[in-house]
Amino acid sequence: MTKIEHSPCFVAGEPDIRACDAARLPAVLDNITVIQPRRGWVNVDWRELWSGRELLYFLVWRDIKVRYKQTVIGAAWAILQPVCTMVIFSLIFGAFAKIPSDGVPYPIFVYAGLLPWTFFSNAVSQSSQSLINQARLVTKIYFPRLFIPASSIGVGLVDFALSFVVYVGLMLWYSHVPGASILLLPVLLMLTAVAALGTGIFMSSITVAYRDFRIVVPYMVQIWMYLSPVVYPTTIVPEQFRWVMALNPMTGIIGGFRGVLLNQPVDWHALGVAAIVSVVILIAGICNFRRMERRFADIA
Amino acid sequence: MSSSALRVHEIGKQYKLGSRETTRRNFGEALLHGLGAPLRRLRYLGEKSNGDDLFWALRGVSFDVEQGDVVGVIGRNGAGKSTLLKILSRVVHPTEGRAEIRGRVGSLLEVGTGFHPELSGRENIYLNGTILGMKRDEIRRKFDEIVAFSEIEKFLDTPVKRYSSGMYVRLAFAVAAHLEPEVLIVDEVLAVGDAAFQRKCLGKMGDVAGAGRTVLFVSHNMQAVSHLCNKAVLLDKGRIRESGPAREIIENYIRGSVSNDADSEIVHARTTPDAAVMIDAVTTSCNGALTREFDLAQPIRLKISYTVRRPREGIYLVFTVRTLLGLPVFTPSNADMDDEDEPFEHQGALDPAPHSGTAEIEIPPYVLNAGTFEINVASYAPGHGTVDLVTNTIITVHDSGSYASRPFNRSRDGLVLCRLPWRLTQDVLQTQGA
Repeated sequence: MTKIEHSPCFVAGEPDIRACDAARLPAVLDNITVIQPRRGWVNVDWRELWSGRELLYFLVWRDIKVRYKQTVIGAAWAILQPVCTMVIFSLIFGAFAKIPSDGVPYPIFVYAGLLPWTFFSNAVSQSSQSLINQARLVTKIYFPRLFIPASSIGVGLVDFALSFVVYVGLMLWYSHVPGASILLLPVLLMLTAVAALGTGIFMSSITVAYRDFRIVVPYMVQIWMYLSPVVYPTTIVPEQFRWVMALNPMTGIIGGFRGVLLNQPVDWHALGVAAIVSVVILIAGICNFRRMERRFADIA
Repeated sequence: MSSSALRVHEIGKQYKLGSRETTRRNFGEALLHGLGAPLRRLRYLGEKSNGDDLFWALRGVSFDVEQGDVVGVIGRNGAGKSTLLKILSRVVHPTEGRAEIRGRVGSLLEVGTGFHPELSGRENIYLNGTILGMKRDEIRRKFDEIVAFSEIEKFLDTPVKRYSSGMYVRLAFAVAAHLEPEVLIVDEVLAVGDAAFQRKCLGKMGDVAGAGRTVLFVSHNMQAVSHLCNKAVLLDKGRIRESGPAREIIENYIRGSVSNDADSEIVHARTTPDAAVMIDAVTTSCNGALTREFDLAQPIRLKISYTVRRPREGIYLVFTVRTLLGLPVFTPSNADMDDEDEPFEHQGALDPAPHSGTAEIEIPPYVLNAGTFEINVASYAPGHGTVDLVTNTIITVHDSGSYASRPFNRSRDGLVLCRLPWRLTQDVLQTQGA
């Protein structure tokens, strides 16, 4: 029943807290949560991320589940989108503008580029907005916030898988057989995910503080597409500008996808640069995110 | 001391006024905001921290909570209650100070955080449970229990957006209630659901507390706080004003919010300026001395002065003793007097002729239990209602220990003490001997 004993310890103005600490430290050392102000750069708590991995799974599962609820054709949208884009691009850039496609039929050429690009652009747009879209979650409950932008990548992966099925169909239609280098595809996909994750995490944390980026990000993604060799091959870019283009990780990644899918030589140099830049973006993104994270609940 | 589940040391949270960003609703607003942003930023940089725009939502808050304590955090709106809970749930970062929590923390700052309207009840149980920090196996194990508690079995596979708000809240609370953290932090979430469900929620929280867990609970429902909590922290403008036994703190808090004249022997609040029978004054005394403080071993003498200003038949005097939470304890009346010569309707009624008089009543010792009570005195005409009402006479009954120490060494539960004649009979046990 009711407890009436009142300990004198329960009073404001507790004296030296460290003195009490020492007495009880041995018993429950790793079970104590310490809350105190932190300034500057904060380490990532990998252990916490690992123990919360189920949550990441559920957040991804939720996004996938919700995405096509109450739609008539459901997951077919994931296929329809890139296919329509492919058809339009083939007409405009391939048939009318006569953009070269390295000797491959233009539809298959542009689709090989659209595969990683659609994944990347959707993932970046989604995860950039993810924190403000889920502000309620951020302001009402504690969990590793990195999961929010990170989980937004998951839906993109599923869409990628679906649109890849279409690509297989295209390959059959054009009787185009990829070589053994197709085995590199998972590595390339992972690299795309790293680039998208880094950019998304970076942008999501900035967007919380400066809502300007709500407008900037979609525009940025749009421009980014034209700066990446999605509708054109890198070979049409003058030699002296190619190194600048390579700084854009999507240049190397899309080049890699094309090389692997269309059985062409892969530009390893550009791919290496892409890998380095992607990792740098990811690290910068996480660092910035952790630095701003403590203010999220105040400003979200 | 070593069993502290939670220690808070000089915690403070500072906000910058005006820096709180609001979501832009439409594109035009967004565009304007975008255009104005450079200007605004420059202005912010220009007037850097002159101190005026800084606001401490919480400052210098320190307290300790023992394991198994149920602590009510009370205070007026804006006192910093929610900020405190948010800091302890790690949602918000403190500006200064330090807090330590031992064990797993579960916090429920809002019912249904993380629910997705498109997902079914079943799916949301898993999603919400994981967000609150449960493992999947744990949810699977408690799934049936959660469903039973929420009473939504039939709608388990319906998207929650089709739920009535009551169903929604029930499900959300059910999930949260089955979280089994060592420290549970609950913000005002019980103001939802119907009365039956609220009782169920309170019961569930009582169970949680009974299982030796520590609960931190914010509510404006003093009844709930006094029912659930054994300790309380009273916050006022971001600082701790008082902390200690729940009942005491709650009473002080309520008394603080009711205007109370210290030395008043006199009328406090009158509803009717021109009543036929006016209550002029209400005083309480003990052993001839006016006082508002009593020991439960002492009689409480109540003196009511009244005036019958116009001839009026059939008026009675009544008074109600209430707890500060508004629960009536009893309502005696002078109609209770035995006067067998008078016909029943006039029994104990005041003399209808204009006069002034006093009524003295004594509440015997060992009737009211320790606590603070409000006495409302009224003149009352059956069939017509209250004629004149005087409220706000507040008395406190203390337990100096005489009663408590016999032999339980703690006060008895309840509003009134009830000393009954007990008759015990005993039988000799038939031991089955070999």
